This record gives sequence, structure tokens and C-alpha cells, in this order.
Amino acid sequence: MEIRKGIAVSPGIAIARPMLIDSKDYRIPRRSILPSQRSREIVRLRKAFATALTELEQIEAAQNIEESKIRDIFAVHMRFLRDRSFRRRISDMVNNELVTAEYAVSAILREIASHFAGIDDSYISERAADIYDIEKRLLTHLLGKRQEELDHLREEVVILARDLTPTQTAGFNKSFVIGFATEKGGRTSHTAIVARSLGIPAVVALGDLSSEVSADSVVIVDGNRGVVVIDPDEETLRQYNQYARQMTQFISKLNELRDLPAETRDGIDVQLLGNIEFPNEAEMVIAKGGQGIGLYRTEFLYLYGGQEPTEEDHYNAYAEAVRSVGKRPVVIRSMDLGADKLPHSGWRPNEANPVLGLRSIRYCLQDLPLFKTQLRAILRASVLGDVRVMFPLITNLQELRQAKMILRDVMEDLDEYAVPYNAHMPVGIMIETPSSALTAGLLANESDFFSIGTNDLIQYTLAVDRANEHVSTLFSAAEPAILRLIRNVVQDAFKAGIGLSICGEVASDPEFIMLLLGMGVRTLSLAPPMIPEVKKIIRSVTIEECNELSRKVATMDSPRQIKNYLRDAATRILPETF
Amino acid sequence: MTKPICETEVEVRNPEGLHMRPAMQFVDLANSFESDITVSNRHDTVDAKSIMQMTMLAATFGTRLKIRAVGTDAREAVDALRDLFDRFAPESLPKTGEKEGH
Repeated sequence: MEIRKGIAVSPGIAIARPMLIDSKDYRIPRRSILPSQRSREIVRLRKAFATALTELEQIEAAQNIEESKIRDIFAVHMRFLRDRSFRRRISDMVNNELVTAEYAVSAILREIASHFAGIDDSYISERAADIYDIEKRLLTHLLGKRQEELDHLREEVVILARDLTPTQTAGFNKSFVIGFATEKGGRTSHTAIVARSLGIPAVVALGDLSSEVSADSVVIVDGNRGVVVIDPDEETLRQYNQYARQMTQFISKLNELRDLPAETRDGIDVQLLGNIEFPNEAEMVIAKGGQGIGLYRTEFLYLYGGQEPTEEDHYNAYAEAVRSVGKRPVVIRSMDLGADKLPHSGWRPNEANPVLGLRSIRYCLQDLPLFKTQLRAILRASVLGDVRVMFPLITNLQELRQAKMILRDVMEDLDEYAVPYNAHMPVGIMIETPSSALTAGLLANESDFFSIGTNDLIQYTLAVDRANEHVSTLFSAAEPAILRLIRNVVQDAFKAGIGLSICGEVASDPEFIMLLLGMGVRTLSLAPPMIPEVKKIIRSVTIEECNELSRKVATMDSPRQIKNYLRDAATRILPETF
Repeated sequence: MTKPICETEVEVRNPEGLHMRPAMQFVDLANSFESDITVSNRHDTVDAKSIMQMTMLAATFGTRLKIRAVGTDAREAVDALRDLFDRFAPESLPKTGEKEGH
């Protein structure tokens, strides 16, 4: 039995066999062959291509690929594998330079990938990721390793990986993946966000796992305590099975709250909204008792296919989400990609500091066709319900004005073609940089609402890379600096009379709910599975208690002290969770 | 007897350039002919039957390309490929505006 402590990022208990995902790069040493071995290597090469093709044909034939863009990606891969001049380049290298088949594959594909990555066209530069994928597939066969295909899962597994990319997590067969454990990552890495939105337990930053696990191991992922147990002894397994049963009962009890209002004991209404990434999650928000979508992250539209989403791709996704929630609000955030969230390095490869680089709204303001395509779709969807648009990473008034000007341009375009849209669609911004938090008073004059994105706000304010396990413990919402900024934004929004919500991780952290209410927050947007629990907390407190707690916290000077104080208060309210 | 040679010029008129699906359609169509077919921009000439080479050509919006076929079905090949390019042009739907460089 091996017990590992990591960071708990999504609650719940999962007990299952592990599925190890090797996301490490294969490194192929240059090995020479004798001239007499040429034909043997060429045969190996041919076999690897044939097997890879058969594999792709099977994937293509499988019923579970509904996304046409994913099908397109595999179709491109198959064309590469059949491409004669591509195959000739590899076999020529084996013949002329007398190297192994795997070395030739790796060398040629990397050369092609880096060539693609260097082309100043996002479509082509992103093809580099496809080439790496093809490389991996061929090498898997050449090296004789059995690659377990995630889409061929037939039994429940917990995924063990170094770190998961958004594309990987999007590709999982969700009915069989019941937990995540990763070696790297932090509280707000993509694995964490996806796990929470799927409602499955996850623990990250566990250090080396792969050496501890074999194919017939049993793994327990304890997303409540941040623990992963590999090959538990009988007693531990028994305890965990019991614990898991209790959790299930607790959750079903919480679900009984669904139709009750999120109202404090002294009658103050709080609005609970859901954060979603995929349109079909909108249903889950409603099922869990959410009153709308407070944050619709649209990045998956860009990450799913190998190409830019079309206006119709956008529109169909938004329309589906809006239809699921009826008249309730849907806040669509414009593209927030760049830096850490990019799955392929090919896009903007030459940024020394991508987190401070061309990302999010900055990228949109420079790639107007991409930005306008999304805005057009949002505007077209605005007549279907209560749609609102939100711009991420705004740092100053100038950017907000530019973004709004482009929105007006798009409205004029639509006018020209008599396409209907809501001319009064509310326009809000994410407050997620220290500069926007400090100038919230100015920004409030020209925004209809604010949504505080605590993840980035913490990262930029505390200068902590949230995915770096060496410093991730410094990443804390309980830092006085963060709390002061939040307080400032809430007050400025209140003074200007505009809407305010919190959509970052703290909005779903049971320990923070009372503090946020005490600071004056009345709208929270959170991962759908967390809605019942947060509602339970809200229904158990009075605003007076929350105000008192907030005043106390304002006098404290260390995150540890604040965190302990908040935890004590929350434990008194909802002992089952802690 | 010399093989027939046929040539034409086309322009990439879909905003995303010769991206995934169009590139596949083009290569698939080229592969259905006997003739040797090449595509050139101002700098390079590549094999129209190779998805790798076609991708490397980086045929973005507005690129002018020369298609050249050598072989018994050269004329049919060039005609079919040019027709395909015509079909790539966006329909008369309202456009988002032209690529404004970034």
C-alpha cells in the first residue's frame, strides 16, 4: 500500500483500476543499423504504418465520435499515413543514413512539425500537434508498447497522468472515467476545472506515480482529502468503500435542496449560477438547482477541432446552452485562450512569458476576424434568451472601449443583413487583474456587470504560477491582498449600481461562502456539482453572521490565520463536508 | 509520344485558407487521377497528391496557385481541381470582414 498526498481539486471518492496515460515525450536515440539490416527496418516501418492506419480506421468507424471536427482530425492523420512522399522521406532516411525506423520517424516528423509550427498561419502552425500525434502513434507500434486507447474503455478507471491537456480531457469517454490523479498541476489547472465540471474526484501535484502503479493495481482517489492510495490493504479499502457510500448519501440529501431558494436564514436572496465549458452541461446546472449560467467558457470550441470554429459552430453551441436554461441568464465569455491554456505550442511559440503575453482579449483585439466571428454568433444567440457577453482579462478602460467598439461594428454588420439581435445585450467584464480591480470604479461606468475571476486575480496579484507545484502552496485566496481587492471591486460595483458576481474557484469553496456574503457578494457562479452544497451553506447562515465574520477577517494579517478562521466557521455550519 | 500537359491558375478564396477539410478534398481528388500533378506558389512547387507537401505550401487566403498536370488525364485533372477551388469560395453569406493581419 502506498499513500500519496497531493492537492485536492475536485471532491468525491473513486476506487478503480488505474489507466496510465503517458504524456511524456518519447525520446528516441539515434541508433545506426548495418546496411544488411535496411530491409528489416523498412518492413518494420511498413508494418507500423499499416497498424496505425488500421487503428485509425477502427476509431473512425467507432460510433462514439460524434464531433465532426474530431473525425476530420483523424481523417487528416490517415491521409498523412497514406501520403507516399511522406513515407518516402522516412524510408529514404533509413536507407541513406542507416538509422533505425523509430529514429527516422521521430526525426522526420519533428522536422515537419517544427516547419509547420514556424509558419505564420494559425491553421498550419496548429497542424504541428497533429504531426506529433502521428509520431506518437507510429512510435507506439515501433516500440511495441500497447497504447491503451481511452475511447475503447469498457470498465471504470481512474486516470493517472503526468498532467492532462484540455484536448486529452475533452476526449475521454466520460462514462468510464471516474477519477483523475496527476503528477503535476495545481488547484486551478485544467485537470481540476474539467474534473469539477464533470463532478468526478481529482487530486493533482502528487509527484511521480507511474513507478508505483501496475496494470492490476487498485487506486483510490480521495478528492476530499487530497490523497491517493495505491494498492490499499483490506482495511483501508473497506473504510473507503464505507466512506464513499456515506458521501453518496450526503450528496443525494443535498440534491433534495434543489427546488428550495438559496436564501439565508434572515431572508437574503443569493443567486447561484453555474460555470460550464460544454453546452450540454447547462442541463446539469439546472438539474443541480442553478439559476442560470454565470460563466460559459468558450475555449473548448477552439480546442476541440484542429481549426478555428466557424460562426455556425459557435452559434449552435450557444443556442443549445440557451435553450437548456430557458429565460435564465447565460453569460458567454469571449475567447480566453493563450498562454497556459493552449494545448499546442505551435500557436505563438516565441513568447518568453505567455501568461503576460498575447492572450485572451488582447489576442482577440488583434485577430479581428476570429473575434468578430464569435461576437456575431453571440449576438445572433442573444434573441433566444437572456444572453450576456463578458470580456476576459480587461486591464484598462481602453481595452474595454476597443472591445465594445468592435461589438458595435458587428452589430452594424448584422443590421445591414437584417439579422436580429438584442441591441441591449448586457456587456460585462471579468475582473481578474490587479489593475482592473484597482480601477473598478472607472470600469464600472462603462460596464453592465463585473465578474471576479479569482484564479487569475490571485495569480497576477501574488505572482504565483498556479500550475507550478513548487509554488502552488503560495496560491491562496485567503491572502489579505486578494481579499482587499475583492472588497474594493464589490464596493465599486455597488456604488455604480451594476451587477457583480464571483466566478472563480472561491465561489465553490465551502470555506469562503460566508466571507463572500459578508463582503456583500450576492451572486456566485460555480461548478454545477458544487451548487447544492453551497446552497446548503447559504441556507444555514444569517447575513449578520457573515458580516461579523467578514469584519473579523479584515483585521487579520496572515492567510493561515484567515483560512483557519474560515474553516472553523464553515465546519460549525456544515460538519459533513469537512 | 509526349504526355499531354495542362495548367491553370487559381486563387484561395476561403478565408481560412486551404485548411483541413478543403486540403483533404483537394488531395483526395488529385489522387484520383493518373497524371502527375503539381501545385506551385511563388516560391515552391509541391506534389498535389501529398497532404504533407500541400500543407507545407501554406496556401492562405488570397494565395495564387498554379496547378499543372502531366499525363493522359491532365485536362480532366486540372478542370476538376479548378472546379473544386471554385466551390471553396464562401457563399454569398455576410462576411466577417477580411483578415486584418496580426
